Amino acid sequence: MLRIVQYVVGDILRGKIVLGYTGFLLVASFGLFNLGGDTTKGLIGLLSLVLLVVPLVSLVFATVHFYNSYEFIELLAAQPLHRSTLLLAQIFGVALALTAALLVGVGLPIMLYAPTATGFTLIAVSLMLSFVFTALAFLAAVLARDKARGVGAALLLWFYFALLHDGLTLYALFLLEDFPLEGVSLGLLSLNPIDLARVLVLLQMDVSALMGYTGAMMKELLGTGSGVAFAAAVLAGWIAVPLAAAVWVFRRKDL
Amino acid sequence: MLAAHGLTKSYGRLRALDALSVTLNRGQAVALIGPNGAGKTTFSKCVLGLVRPESGQLTLDGASLLGDPGLRRRIGYMPQIGRFPAHLRVGQLFELMREIRRGSHNRTDEDLIHAFQINRIAHQAAGTLSGGTRQKVSACLAFLFDPEVLVLDEPTAGLDPVSVEALKEKVRAVRARGKLILLTSHILSDLDEIATDVLYLLDGRMQFYRPIAELKSATGETRLGAVIAQIMRSADPRSARPEETAQ
Repeated sequence: MLRIVQYVVGDILRGKIVLGYTGFLLVASFGLFNLGGDTTKGLIGLLSLVLLVVPLVSLVFATVHFYNSYEFIELLAAQPLHRSTLLLAQIFGVALALTAALLVGVGLPIMLYAPTATGFTLIAVSLMLSFVFTALAFLAAVLARDKARGVGAALLLWFYFALLHDGLTLYALFLLEDFPLEGVSLGLLSLNPIDLARVLVLLQMDVSALMGYTGAMMKELLGTGSGVAFAAAVLAGWIAVPLAAAVWVFRRKDL
Repeated sequence: MLAAHGLTKSYGRLRALDALSVTLNRGQAVALIGPNGAGKTTFSKCVLGLVRPESGQLTLDGASLLGDPGLRRRIGYMPQIGRFPAHLRVGQLFELMREIRRGSHNRTDEDLIHAFQINRIAHQAAGTLSGGTRQKVSACLAFLFDPEVLVLDEPTAGLDPVSVEALKEKVRAVRARGKLILLTSHILSDLDEIATDVLYLLDGRMQFYRPIAELKSATGETRLGAVIAQIMRSADPRSARPEETAQ
């Protein structure tokens, strides 16, 4: 399996898309750090950028990769390989290639400008988000036979998690404001990996004003220490569950 | 050697395979023939483990092909459309496949690699290869591990005349060494030269399964295309329209 991962990563890294992604992240990161002068502002700007761009690129790139590799995946599936090995190798290959781009494009500038706990947390959550959304993308791709549908589903996922979920959460909490909602809001927060990533970074920063409603509530509820542990654990679940679901579907899929 | 028993697969309402039972043996080159949608591809894909049948058994020397993927080390596959990772070099592609099949073969068969002069393109990116060259690479990969069963899907499509002859020669040689070959092709004259038997499928059922020589003497025709056309005309009213690509 490791060898297949290696070939997938090698193939992707020789392509221009990941190179462009790295370049874009590098330019944006250096730009944000040099714009305000204040590294905290730079980190907050970078956080907003990462939370939008990383899920989008991971989702679109991974689904397109799956459909473009379909014939080769079919050829590999006819070899003496378990389906689960084959799919996991593809998922990890894509996620690791995206991770490499992030380490250079975001990791390097952070090491130079803001080598703090917050900075490292931002690197860590951006890597985790790459895995979360690569896994979700593969789940969408193995479920949809058709490329347009698969990529469309991936885009809808991004639209929901990046834009819609927080608004809906706020609306729900607003409607139900007369009830004790701490548990509910924590549950709603857990349903969005992007929110979890945001909270993880902002818990390090002590700028609750930027956390959004759910983030602020979580800080109040859990405090910083257990809040971090909780959010990190749930985020890890966001990698494991789509991964397991994608493998489950792929093992039964007719290619 | 390769036996299907009551093999059934549907796609929605369409029965792609309808309780197909057939036994294929060593030393045969079986041509799968039938109209589009007759179940040829579905049957090959079941053999390769790409499609899971709903019911029925598929065995290779008595061991079920539907469970253990390890059995696929005995099968080679040449797909109709070979597409490889765009930036992988041809040499790396072969390394990867050798890696996957490591320990699963005693000898490798590099005849086609030499015949097609694959070493000359080993440094090219797989994504830049022409259709015919990809087809050659696919053929080399299928034969490389000297498998006991070969599934060839439209093997001669897109190949230049010299390569077609080299491939046909290879198929005949491998069959003579006691391998089983499962072929689909729309070019009946090619099948005529390399196949020993015809398995004719219609609506997922076996219409007939007979040696080509026998079919020829029974119908009095000398070309496989004419044989098939005559059988279809006499056997089935649906075949008033002849097999579209019969030559």
